[in-house]
This record gives sequence, C-alpha cells and structure tokens, in this order.
Amino acid sequence: MTRSITDVGTSMQSYYGRPIVKEPVWKGEIPTYFFTGGIAGGSAVLHGLARVTGNDRLARTTLVVGAAAEAVSPLLLISDLGRPERFLNMLRVFKVTSPMSVGTWILVASSSSATGAAALEAFGVLRPLKWLAELTWFTTGAPLATYTGALVANTAIPVWSEARAELPWVFGAGACASAGAAATLFAPGGPARRAAIAGAVAELGLMQAMEKRLGLVGEVYKQGESGRFARISKACTAAGAGLLAWRGRESRAAAAAGGALVLAGSLALRWSVFKAGFQSARDPRYTVEPQKERLQQKGESA
Amino acid sequence: MSTLADGIETYGSEAKPRLGFFTDTSVCIGCKACEVACKEWNVLPEDGLDWTGQSYDNTGELGANSWRHVAFVEQNKPLKVDDGDFASADGEPEPLRWLMESDVCKHCTHAGCLDVCPTGSLFRTEFGTVVIQEDICNGCGYCVPACPFGVLDKRHLPRKPEDAPLALPLLGKQEDGRVWKCTLCYDRLKGGHEPACAKACPTDSIQFGELDELRERADKRLAKLEAERWNGAQLYGHDARDGVGGFGAFFLLLDEPQVYGLPPDPVVPTKHLPRLWRTTALAAATMLVGLAAAFVGGPE
Repeated sequence: MTRSITDVGTSMQSYYGRPIVKEPVWKGEIPTYFFTGGIAGGSAVLHGLARVTGNDRLARTTLVVGAAAEAVSPLLLISDLGRPERFLNMLRVFKVTSPMSVGTWILVASSSSATGAAALEAFGVLRPLKWLAELTWFTTGAPLATYTGALVANTAIPVWSEARAELPWVFGAGACASAGAAATLFAPGGPARRAAIAGAVAELGLMQAMEKRLGLVGEVYKQGESGRFARISKACTAAGAGLLAWRGRESRAAAAAGGALVLAGSLALRWSVFKAGFQSARDPRYTVEPQKERLQQKGESA
Repeated sequence: MSTLADGIETYGSEAKPRLGFFTDTSVCIGCKACEVACKEWNVLPEDGLDWTGQSYDNTGELGANSWRHVAFVEQNKPLKVDDGDFASADGEPEPLRWLMESDVCKHCTHAGCLDVCPTGSLFRTEFGTVVIQEDICNGCGYCVPACPFGVLDKRHLPRKPEDAPLALPLLGKQEDGRVWKCTLCYDRLKGGHEPACAKACPTDSIQFGELDELRERADKRLAKLEAERWNGAQLYGHDARDGVGGFGAFFLLLDEPQVYGLPPDPVVPTKHLPRLWRTTALAAATMLVGLAAAFVGGPE
C-alpha cells in the first residue's frame, strides 16, 4: 500500500493534511504594491538615464508616472498593516536581517525624493534641491524594484523560499517591463519601448526557468488562482511585447495598446507569485517533501 | 552542549541561563490542561468552539489565540517494536496506539520571526526566549510566513474598547490586527515562576527548566525508551546543528515530526539571506545596465 502524506486515518503521514507553515496574512495591497513599486523603481532608473542623455520628454513622463507610483506605494503598505496608525514604528530600527525593514528605508528615501522632485519641477523652484532629489531617486530605483523579491523569498513559504535564486531577478525584470510600458503608454519613445520589450522577454524567460527549476513545488504556478494569473500574465506580456516590437515605433495606438498589455501582464505576474505562496503553504506536501529530500541527502553525505 | 540564543550577548552580565521546555510526548495523556492554563494565565480570547472531527483535537493548530496545542494521532502501529501480536476478533493483528503531543512555540536559537520583524517588536529576552511587544507590533505580518513551524498568526478578533481605532478611515480598523504567540510566560519568569502550561501539566510531559539540564534529561529519557524498544522514539529540536540552531522548547516524539504536523527539517529563512542579498544586488545592477542599454539606438 502506498501512503500519501495527505492520507487521513490511522496510517496518515501528515497531521490530518493540515498545513505546517502559516499562509501569509497579507492582502491584495501587497501584490499591488509589488507592481507600483516596480513601476516606481524602473521609472527612477529610466528618469535618471533620460536626464543624462538629455531626453527631456522621457524624463518628464517618468517623473510624473514614477512620482504617482511612489505616492501610492506607501499608502498601500500602510493600509495592509493590522495597526495602520503605528506605521511609523517601522522607522524605530534598521535591520539588515529583515528585507521589510531595509525596504521600508529604501521606500522612504525613494518616495520622498520622487514626490519632492516632481513637486519642485511642477512649481519650477529650487533647482539644485530638485537635482539632489532626482539623484537620490535614481540611486534608490533598482534596489526598490528588486528588494521585494528578497522580501518574499526570505520566508518559510516553500514556493517563495525555494525560488530565492530567481525572485529578485523576476521582480527586477517586471520593473523594467512595467516602467517602460507605463512611459510608452503616455509618451512613446525608443528607450521606454525597448525597456518594455526587453523586460517583458526577461520576465517570460525567468518565470519559465523558475517554474521548471522548482520541480514539485513549481506546480502551484499551474494550479488554481496562481495558475490563472500566470496564464493571463504570459498571454498579456507576450502579446504586448510582440505588438510593441511589431508596430510600437510607427503607431501611437499600437504603442499605447502594447504598453497597456505589458502593464497588465506585469500586474498579473505579481498576483501569480503572491497567490502561489498561499497555495504552497496550504499543502503540507510542499513543506515536507523537499525537507525530507534534504535530510536524505544529508544522511547520505554524512 | 550549550548553545547561546542569537542576541543574548547584548545583555552582557544581565543575561540569565537559557530557559525552555522539554515536552516528553511519551507521557502526555491529552488532558489539555496546558491549553487551558495558558489561556487562563495569558487571558487569551476564545476564538470559536468548533468540532474538527480530528480525534480529540478541536484546537487544530497554534495561532494568535492558542499558544499550546495538543495534537492527537491515532495509529495502526504498536507502541513498542515487539508488540506486534494483538489479536482482533477475526484473528488479524491489530495494533493501535494513540499519540498525543502538546505543541508550543519553539523559541529558536536562530528565530526567523525575530530576524524579520521590521519594528523591533519581537525581541530576545534575558532568558533566551522570543517575545512580541504588543505595544510596538503594527501587524505588518512578516513574522507569520517567516516561521518554519507556523506558530505565529494575526489576531482577527475585534479590538478591545479601550483600544479604540483612530477616526481616520485609512487608519481605523475594527480587528486587533497584531500578531501574538507564546511568551514562555515572560511575566512569570520575571517573578521566578514556571510557565503556566508546565505548572498545570499533571504528568510532567511538559518540563520546564534550564535548557542544558533539560537536554541531559532528554538524552537519558530517550536512552530508556530505546532500551524498552518504544516504536519511533526520537528527540526533535534537540540538535544545535539543525537549521534553526536547536529549539529552546524541544520534544521527544514517537514518530516522524510531520506526523504531528511539524516540519522534518526546519531552516530559519535568514540562513540564506546573505546570498539572497547578493542575488538582489546583482539583479539591481543588471537592471541598471539593461535599462542603460535601452538608450542605445536613440530616442525614437
């Protein structure tokens, strides 16, 4: 008789099929923040590069888009707290062992510099201070876009923890795709379009590689809500990137449609990763099987 | 072998010997006095009276409002290796044993919850235990998935009247919203008393004391059970070389950990964090280079 871990009865190999690790308590604000934070981080880098290359149109667009994303992001995070009125407690400490602590400080710097620079630009005052804010924003961009990968990977959730080699890359690629796509949507141009296409292709490739390498645990990306978001993400991202590459340069409408599709794909990707975490926590197999394998390997090498 | 809990060195000369639990499940009778005593002493709210249909376990799991949880496992296995020949009515052998285990926060040497807490609400006490300061916790929830044992959870029950939400719509929430877990009765330890669960345990299945001494006691107990050929007797969380550096509250089990709903090889997530930060830095740098490359080829 073969025994499955989820068998119930006197021969069960799990505790009534109950989960071992807890599902996260995070709500929809969190994957939405992963998306807006990605737009913000990618926009910060695009903005800095646009300033350096004298591409004023792109600089202005990315500043407006980025500042909007930077303004929304902290609100999403605060709204998800169990005790939102205590959000300032995040700033009591700085802990390198907590990606959330590190990320909070990155976001404080990033959000205040982006919104500050946008305000100074709108009012056309305090030029040197605006440059300083823009420089600060540029340096925080890439860390803001990628730390979220470290945040979810630094947990006991099987599908996140086991993907620690890929998740920062996935989130970084998603940031390039969505920031490029957002800029393309409002003001089409070469650099933003190429960023969106390259980011989208990297996103698709990385997700594929991650699912494959995860093995047993990776199957949650094919199941339930996570699977549905993954399929939406792949379809939108591929269609958007294809449209941008095909007609994005010639047609304003194609650029806007392609940008919107890549954005939708990137949002769905964050939701897919988010839901996958819950699904992998729910089934004790995903916690137990990799650990048993690890013990076996340790036993063999000892 | 003595292991110092992470962070205890910050206490200097004020550090106390590390305290913990040795839960010997071979003498647990499933009376749940530990669950009741814990609820009473720590004023934990009632969170639903449900029948699970899972043996005598109607608590289900550890969480914000259950800091001790007695697991009940009914098994077709003999209690001792040699007891194979119970005879049932039709002559078939029918061994049966009933495993009971009082689960609790492990107070890990390397504690994932404590590592990831972004407010400093979770801290290491002078006794080497891990405690949440409820006046600091802002309910970010990061510690919940960071625990390899699923011990911590957010309390979804309504706030108490004296803890009224602020008037602003974004800042006002109806539920408690903070994360709660076993404190190893920090208040009782401060007063020189043993934790409520250990005090109430009628069979000394829950033993409280200095960790070094508990470890020695557990070794002797295991040797005795092995000599008596108990089926599957093993220590869990006893080895300081495991993925969390050993537990402050460890166990003697009579089957594999997963049978009790415990992970067979728990690892603190932050063990991989140095490499994870390097991966993140590399991804961030690549992002910069990649986006710079997007500017090659001109503005159109």
